[in-house]
Amino acid sequence: MKKTLLTVAGLTFASVAAAETNVLTVYAPDYFGSEWGPGPSIEEAFEAQCDCDLQYQTGDLLPRLLLEGERTEADVAIGFNSDITKRARESGLFAPHGLDLSPLTLPLEWADDTFLPFNYGHTAFIYDNTKLDGFDSFEALLNAPDDVRVVIQDPRSSISGLALVLWVNAVYGDEAEAAWARLAPKIVTVTQGWSESYGLFTDGEADVVLSYTTSPAYHIIAEEDLTKSAAIFDEGHYFMVELAAKLAGTDNPELADQFMAFILTEEFQTMIPTTNWSFPAALTEDKWPEGFQELPMPETVLFYDENEAAALRDGAIEAWRSALSQ
Amino acid sequence: MAQRAFSIIAALVVAGLIIGPVTAVLWRGGGFTALSAADVSALQFTIWQAFWSAFISVGLAIPVARALARRAFWGRSALISVMGAPFILPVIVAILGLLAVFGGNGMLNLLLSPLGLPRLEIYGAQGVILAHVFFNLPLAVRLILQGWLAVPSERFRVAASLGAPVFWLLEWPMLRRVVPGAFAVIFVICLGSFAVALTLGGGPRATTVELAIYQAFKFDFDLSKAASLAVVQLCLGLGAGGLALLLSRGDMLGAGFDRVVQRWDGSKVLDAVFISLASLFLLAPLVAVAIAGMAGLPDLPSSIWAATFRSLMIALGAVALTMALALPLATKAGEAASLLGISVSGLVLGTGLFLIVQPFVRPSSVALPVTMVVNVLMALPFVLRILRPGVESAKADFGRLGQSLGLSGFALWRIVYLPRLRRPMGFAAGLTGALAMGDLGVITLFSRPGEGTLPLMMYDLMGRYQMDAAYGAALLLVALSLGVFWVFDKGGRAHAVV
Repeated sequence: MKKTLLTVAGLTFASVAAAETNVLTVYAPDYFGSEWGPGPSIEEAFEAQCDCDLQYQTGDLLPRLLLEGERTEADVAIGFNSDITKRARESGLFAPHGLDLSPLTLPLEWADDTFLPFNYGHTAFIYDNTKLDGFDSFEALLNAPDDVRVVIQDPRSSISGLALVLWVNAVYGDEAEAAWARLAPKIVTVTQGWSESYGLFTDGEADVVLSYTTSPAYHIIAEEDLTKSAAIFDEGHYFMVELAAKLAGTDNPELADQFMAFILTEEFQTMIPTTNWSFPAALTEDKWPEGFQELPMPETVLFYDENEAAALRDGAIEAWRSALSQ
Repeated sequence: MAQRAFSIIAALVVAGLIIGPVTAVLWRGGGFTALSAADVSALQFTIWQAFWSAFISVGLAIPVARALARRAFWGRSALISVMGAPFILPVIVAILGLLAVFGGNGMLNLLLSPLGLPRLEIYGAQGVILAHVFFNLPLAVRLILQGWLAVPSERFRVAASLGAPVFWLLEWPMLRRVVPGAFAVIFVICLGSFAVALTLGGGPRATTVELAIYQAFKFDFDLSKAASLAVVQLCLGLGAGGLALLLSRGDMLGAGFDRVVQRWDGSKVLDAVFISLASLFLLAPLVAVAIAGMAGLPDLPSSIWAATFRSLMIALGAVALTMALALPLATKAGEAASLLGISVSGLVLGTGLFLIVQPFVRPSSVALPVTMVVNVLMALPFVLRILRPGVESAKADFGRLGQSLGLSGFALWRIVYLPRLRRPMGFAAGLTGALAMGDLGVITLFSRPGEGTLPLMMYDLMGRYQMDAAYGAALLLVALSLGVFWVFDKGGRAHAVV
């Protein structure tokens, strides 16, 4: 048994010894650094041009940075969501990126000098087009018969769930709670995160799942399955963007700047669609892979900036909670 | 004296590992925060569902354990091993298995609908309790079965020959001693429920304290709130443990010749019904998981083996450490103290340990040891529940004999006690290893890519739309957990004195 402990200790300390001088430490969410995420190919491409060693530290991004504070080893953090950047900005841990934002191809104006978008998507309800006709508006979904089984994520534990309550708020405003009450009978259940919901959907436990406009692209490209569609609503779709930022206290500012600039390059952006299954933030549509170009896009994009989102959040969650608790 | 010193040191280590992290989070958060109305209603739901989950688990376990204790049949020991599997399943896998049986398109509804019976709706409080019973019935059965097996068979023989009431004379005192502890452990486990309660509870009605902690930590970064709720959890765990200790009175049944129980009483048919129903309830979802997993096995990436190796190391390390702490802690007070470990949110423990180690080392460099320590804390209450009755009766029945032979200290343990504890130790070690294999735990705060464990990898796959491969990983995880469990449990039973 002692041997086991030694092995465990040995394994972990071996990785510390590997630390070198010219290292860029990038904090990222688990999915980003996993071998199926965009992390590994981005690392390879960046190391080919920087003469450095890019190392990811994955896990809960913002909580970890806030816990570590000024002492953090991160040079760059990637994977923030716009609905929580207010909290991140107020920490004072991040520095302006100083980049020209004209390469961005987002469906809305973006002028943030600190948090740099690297991909985006919209919340959307996904359904099986061999079983349902789909819905052309939020109203149509609310008017659907109550035996349509919908599964969503909890806004208190999931970023997509939070985007949904903001979406409902953007479409229905003061009537949000009434809208939730109409949706409530169709909601079979609410899950902690996106994975659980999507699992229930692919297992046939639900007919409709809250996900992203880009979800069908995965089924089309990776599985050649054309049966999954995103319902495109007339009222518009809530915009979700993922962001990166440079740490103010980085001990390697040039390398961090180089990485921030790398994010906007075509090389980086072309890796996004089929590893992150989302739209690249700075790549014109003609350069998107097949399967993405054909995706139906919402005409209207709904979005609250971080201050509005922070101000609306508690009320929007409460409307959801009280309607679904009836 | 040396023994007492070990007990005190072990108790201090455990208490420190639990109270230290909570205090660290509280200190960093700047003190306590008052609970909101939503927190209070979450607390009420948490206690309510935990009570009924524990009550039903234990209530059903009693007839099943009795049937298993007094019937011998082919495959009995294999059945007992496999029945333990739900307890060690990763939550999301168990939910999907349960849904395959009880869900909207599950087997049960497919059977019901041609008969014109109404559709069974799993989502709601009934679903939460059903899932908790599924998870915890195996534990309750094993704990109570142990109680039955500890009654010396001579007693049953004498009772049978005298025509005495077996239940009131022999079984009732045993149950009074065993059941409150089993109830308390399961109650405390269910207090920490989060994903199960949410997913099967059907929405915000089924909000638990653990979800409130998660929200406070991930979205609000309100450490003070997270720590305050963790303290509430601690108090609940302590309360449940204390109550169980108060209630669990009952006579020790004395020493016998230690043979497997031979029984003449009870209805064979009824026992067969209980065993069959319990097996069906516990095994059908497992079969569904296995079938879904088979299809995904070819999709598994090769990196799965490194993750498997890391998970195995964590499991073996956790077993060694848990056993080292458990033997000196196998006393009433030790068991009560250990209940603290599972009553506190793993998220708060992990965050606290992160705060404590961060000034000294890079957190990611201690990811695996920290995961192991948290797993040890989580396993100790079960392990002590399993070991304490054995340790106490070994001391009561054979302590004097050993001392009269001039044995003391470690020799007494080695020659007299440990051989008598092989069976419970094997079971406890198996459970610890299996639980540690399946735990996602705190690693999300510490980990770095390429160093994930098997459960973490399973979640990664799910998050990347690769559901089939995720089910394959789940099957591998379950098979390995069961394997670890089986090896230890079997090792304990082979040549066991008791």
